[in-house]
Amino acid sequence: MASVSLLSTKGLSRHFGGLKAVDNVDFTMREGEIRALIGPNGAGKTTFVSLLAGRIAPSAGSIEFLGKDITNLPAHKRVRDGIAYTFQITSIYPTLTVFDNVALSAQSALRRHPRSNQSDIAEKVHEALGRVGLEDRKGEKAGTMAYGHQRLLEVAMGLALEPKLLILDEPTQGLSDSEIESFCRLVKEIATSATVLLIEHNMPVVMQLADTITVLNHGQILAEGSPSDIRANAAVQAAYLGTG
Amino acid sequence: MRSENTIRVIALHVGVLAALFLVQFVLPDYHHLALTRVMLLAIYAMGYNMLFGYTGLLSLGHAMFFAAGLYGAGMTAYYTDLGVPLAFVIGIICGAALSLVIGVIALRTTGVAFMIVTMMFGQVAYLTITYFTDYTRGEEGLTMPTSARSFDLLGLHVDLTNAVQRYNLALGLLALTLLVIFVVVRGPIGRVLIAIRENETRTLMLGFDTFRMKLGALVLSGTISAMAGAAYGLMFAYVGATFATIQYSIEALLFTLLGGAGTILGPLLGSILMFYIIDITSEYTQAYLLVTGVALVVLVLFFPKGILGTIRERWLSWLP
Repeated sequence: MASVSLLSTKGLSRHFGGLKAVDNVDFTMREGEIRALIGPNGAGKTTFVSLLAGRIAPSAGSIEFLGKDITNLPAHKRVRDGIAYTFQITSIYPTLTVFDNVALSAQSALRRHPRSNQSDIAEKVHEALGRVGLEDRKGEKAGTMAYGHQRLLEVAMGLALEPKLLILDEPTQGLSDSEIESFCRLVKEIATSATVLLIEHNMPVVMQLADTITVLNHGQILAEGSPSDIRANAAVQAAYLGTG
Repeated sequence: MRSENTIRVIALHVGVLAALFLVQFVLPDYHHLALTRVMLLAIYAMGYNMLFGYTGLLSLGHAMFFAAGLYGAGMTAYYTDLGVPLAFVIGIICGAALSLVIGVIALRTTGVAFMIVTMMFGQVAYLTITYFTDYTRGEEGLTMPTSARSFDLLGLHVDLTNAVQRYNLALGLLALTLLVIFVVVRGPIGRVLIAIRENETRTLMLGFDTFRMKLGALVLSGTISAMAGAAYGLMFAYVGATFATIQYSIEALLFTLLGGAGTILGPLLGSILMFYIIDITSEYTQAYLLVTGVALVVLVLFFPKGILGTIRERWLSWLP
């Protein structure tokens, strides 16, 4: 059991003044699963994954990744260890080409392999762009693409990092229904090579994709279980609907 | 397509250097000397561009690096008998060391705070030079002794009072700087520096140690600027505190903005043009600083990308 644990947190907390954004969270992820993290607005989801990615430092608690304590590891080193974070608000390089955007990721990942060169980078970029279906647009300026394509580019940048854990922060926000559908296929495909942690508001997407759902409320884990368990959970309904 | 562009780019840079080499045979004495100065100032601006144009960090204190090279080399040549080549190297080392220390402190800030911190350090450097005026002769400056006007290196006798030798030394240093910047900027490091300029948070989250990359860019930038200062002091036999004033920090920014920030040849073009704009206007008026100021305002308002930046955007997208 412990051998397949990819990531775990113990007593993880982050306080902003008196606000307990993340409060004493014990959280474990298995290798290869798709985990959805849901919760009402302000539940602490983005703060929680920012702690995992190292964008902010915890007030208390510890994080373990692949059996190694990474609590004090700076963000860029966690990326090298295999934690990739894609931003809630699309964060690409708008003035660079699609190719160069992904090439930066590829270059970062290839530092693990000595003697890699420009053609290795190009090959990796093609592979990542192919997986998200943006191959034809590699010469375009990233900022001029439609929003949906920019989100896909963001994911391609995550993929080219060769992550073991890919954190997707509200990836379907602002996408059309048809785009969401193909996005779900993409996430399933990604899950064959990486573990996925998904923050998502769109419940049909969550129910369709997640193996396990973790519900966060007021910075604490309110419930955890399979999609059907969560759907039936009275406490979750109360948190979302404000009843009880 | 990529390799075709590479050939074009290399041809352009070699062409520019060849033109600078050939023009010395037709230039009148005055412009011959002026261009020697301008080439050294262009090296300074190219160093500045490394930090501002490519990494996106606007420093308002770069004169301190120029002055570090100037005084590091000048005082060595003045007070010791180590010789010109060693003085030159010591000047560069002074600049590298200073930029490392300043970088570690100033890079804790970004944006406007970074401008203010670098400007403050620039002022500290200037005041330090004038404070130790017993040694630096801050206000009136030091004039290099005759012993530091020539040297022998690798069997070659170099006479720094000889205008032709000075010109070609400056051109050689310019070519070296161009080569270093060309290799850095077009390689993987340049890609990451540009990425930091465009979106630092994202770059960090792609696994790059952005602090170290910025520090590296600042040290390279400061070292190139110091090399320009060291060469300037030794070639023109004078070091003085005026070179550490904020005016010189602003000029590096101005040259870069005029030619095009984030283009390899922009600072060179900007240095040549701005030098002659000031040179010509100062014949008519003492208020040439006003020209500098107006040029800066006009550039920022109407041509934020500068000459080569605009050309690249409109016509020649392959321009590095």
